[in-house]
Amino acid sequence: MAWPFEPHHDELRTSIRAFVEAELAPNADEWEEKEFPDWVFTRMGELGFLGLSYPEEYGGSGGDYLCNIVLAEEMTRCGCAGLAMGVAVQTDMAVPPLYKFGTEDQKERYLVPAIKGEKIFCLGITEPDAGSDVQNITTTAKKVDGGWEISGRKIFITNGRRAHAMTLVAKTDRDAGHGGHSLFIIDTDTPGYTVERTLDKVGMRASDTGEISFTDMFVPEDALLGNEGEGFYNISWELQGERLIGAAGSIMGARRTFEAALAYAKERETFGKPIGKHQAIKHALADMATEIEAAQQLVYTAAVKVNRGEYPVREISMAKLLTGEVAWKTVDKAMQIFGGIGYSMDFPLQRAWRDARLIRIGGGTDEVMRDVIGKMEGL
Amino acid sequence: MRFATESRAVNDDIFSAEHEELRSSVRAFVSKELLPHAQEWEAAESFPKEVFKRVGELGFFGLKYDEAYGGSGPDYTADAVVTEEFSRCGSAGVSASLGGHKDLATLYISNFGGEEQKQRWLAPSIRGEIVGGLAVTEPDAGSDVAGIKTTARRDGSDWVINGSKTYITNGAWGDFIVVAAKTDPDAGHSGLTLFVVEAGTPGFEARRMRMLGWRTGQTGELSLSDVRIPDENRIGDEGSAFYAIMQNFAWERIIMSLGQVTGAQLTYDIAKNYALERHAFDRPIGKFQVWRHRFADMATRIEAGRAMTYNALRMFIAGENPIKEVAMAKLYTAELAFHVADECVQVHGGYGYMMEFPAQRAWRDSRLGPIGGGTSEIMREIIGRTYGL
Repeated sequence: MAWPFEPHHDELRTSIRAFVEAELAPNADEWEEKEFPDWVFTRMGELGFLGLSYPEEYGGSGGDYLCNIVLAEEMTRCGCAGLAMGVAVQTDMAVPPLYKFGTEDQKERYLVPAIKGEKIFCLGITEPDAGSDVQNITTTAKKVDGGWEISGRKIFITNGRRAHAMTLVAKTDRDAGHGGHSLFIIDTDTPGYTVERTLDKVGMRASDTGEISFTDMFVPEDALLGNEGEGFYNISWELQGERLIGAAGSIMGARRTFEAALAYAKERETFGKPIGKHQAIKHALADMATEIEAAQQLVYTAAVKVNRGEYPVREISMAKLLTGEVAWKTVDKAMQIFGGIGYSMDFPLQRAWRDARLIRIGGGTDEVMRDVIGKMEGL
Repeated sequence: MRFATESRAVNDDIFSAEHEELRSSVRAFVSKELLPHAQEWEAAESFPKEVFKRVGELGFFGLKYDEAYGGSGPDYTADAVVTEEFSRCGSAGVSASLGGHKDLATLYISNFGGEEQKQRWLAPSIRGEIVGGLAVTEPDAGSDVAGIKTTARRDGSDWVINGSKTYITNGAWGDFIVVAAKTDPDAGHSGLTLFVVEAGTPGFEARRMRMLGWRTGQTGELSLSDVRIPDENRIGDEGSAFYAIMQNFAWERIIMSLGQVTGAQLTYDIAKNYALERHAFDRPIGKFQVWRHRFADMATRIEAGRAMTYNALRMFIAGENPIKEVAMAKLYTAELAFHVADECVQVHGGYGYMMEFPAQRAWRDSRLGPIGGGTSEIMREIIGRTYGL
């Protein structure tokens, strides 16, 4: 047990680890080829892992936020980050706004089955022409008799093909700037909702990523999630959880890669000794471990603040930025240490290398993080 | 709630309300009695020794030491607070001198000295009446502690010490120096013993060294020729010095890390204030994206360095022996502080290069971090070793 975790977190960690190692990791190679199956959600729902920090009245376990961090950390043992990402979209990205902003009726209809793993969720923010710049999305929801009519297009949507429901951000008032966005909760079988294609990605290949279009899609009034016009602020809130869970997972993934590189460096010999005993490699590993420690402590600092009900945008942005950089640096250094075998498609390192590159792009690029931090620093 | 930037300190599991009160009082002292003199002391390349007396009066040397010797401890957390606040004094030589006394020389007496030795050197040190230094490093042995050449030879009930020591903080004006010497040249790590040598002992000479940074510090080169001291000056058992030094490294490096993070933050603030003041092409240079992003990177690393340092401190206070975490914090924060200082010089442009601006001082002062207290290369060796490399 190490700060900031308590004994009950360690117990949870042990049980998640047992599940991940027994039921997920053995399938990693296969799922990497053809995406992971939907039963992962129902199984994790059965085990209670999709509702760790939600109240028991909705089927959750009533735990604290650090339980979510434990889940993200242990999911890295599944051997393919794409699977961990698909699950994280459910637990920490698409569904939290339902709990935070939803009505009791919406919670009954969507949050409860999400926690059970019966409904898979995706999150619709990014568009072909607007990603980091959320304010400039063009998907619009127009008020019509009895509901809303939505038109537009979303891209890079994790769980996009398999999802039963989408948490969507759309413009409800073109002229209102930050006050012109609203959130919706959409059933993906609504007429007008089309999965145009699934995208082929360089990494995170166990996850499915969709491009979705909405053509004159009618949704009832109660599809509106939270107050009209507050969508920009509400999705900004969502992004904090998304970034922090991404940071926690990616830095723990980096730690796994470091451990693999360390083990290899002790085993592989050149010039009569293990390569890890050559000072250049030893010091490279020391630097990797040091940077991982720094970034992980920053993640924990932010997580403790969230756990107390604070809203630490600054620390979360920093954690997202630093973990992304450190994770990428770590996998690349690891590839160097592994040499030719690291470059081989028969060996899992290249997968970690490809997977790790995404965290610097998804959930807000490095550049957006620096803009956020810099502005908060008064620059 | 939306985009609130104010939040409570996350580390209140380390620092209690009493610690924060202590922080306020140390900060008040530093800003009233040290900071206003920093420029003048830097120009003079020295500071008055009476500062020790004043710090002693205020009780700031005694927080981790027992009440029996005039301390108010043991409370290492409180001592860490004092270190953080001393780092705000505006002159690295001053904070390092106070630290060399508080965390090096006296810590050995407290941890390994006998009752009489504590009354003789620790108690007046806590009062600030005498100033101490620690002498391990030699011209031919720094990081390689077991390789030191200074010898102590038994002669009846006395010891006779011969050798030289270098880069000794407070060495030039110290009233007593804790000296590591070889008592058994064939015993390797187990052949080193600690002794107290008092200034004025025949055969002991100290020469002040000029340094790139830390200019107010009285760093000295010591020569010991046939220095005769009684066995009462031996600290700890014969042959125990290496282990004592290794044991105290943890605290020494936590202290250095705390100072380096605080220093990096202060330098960052200087750089940022300038970047917001200075205009180019009709806007503050800090508002150009390239500088905004560089400041974001610095601020991020400072937070990370602080988080890892506090975690090492947390583990130390819990009674663990966080060798790895301490080495990581020391390595990371030393490199960080220098990086931030170099960026501070850069953002100041020509002014950054001028002796009248503080940027160059931070740059020179922080360069010692990756060298002193175990170089960055040694830290990487230690970290590698903890992983079995």
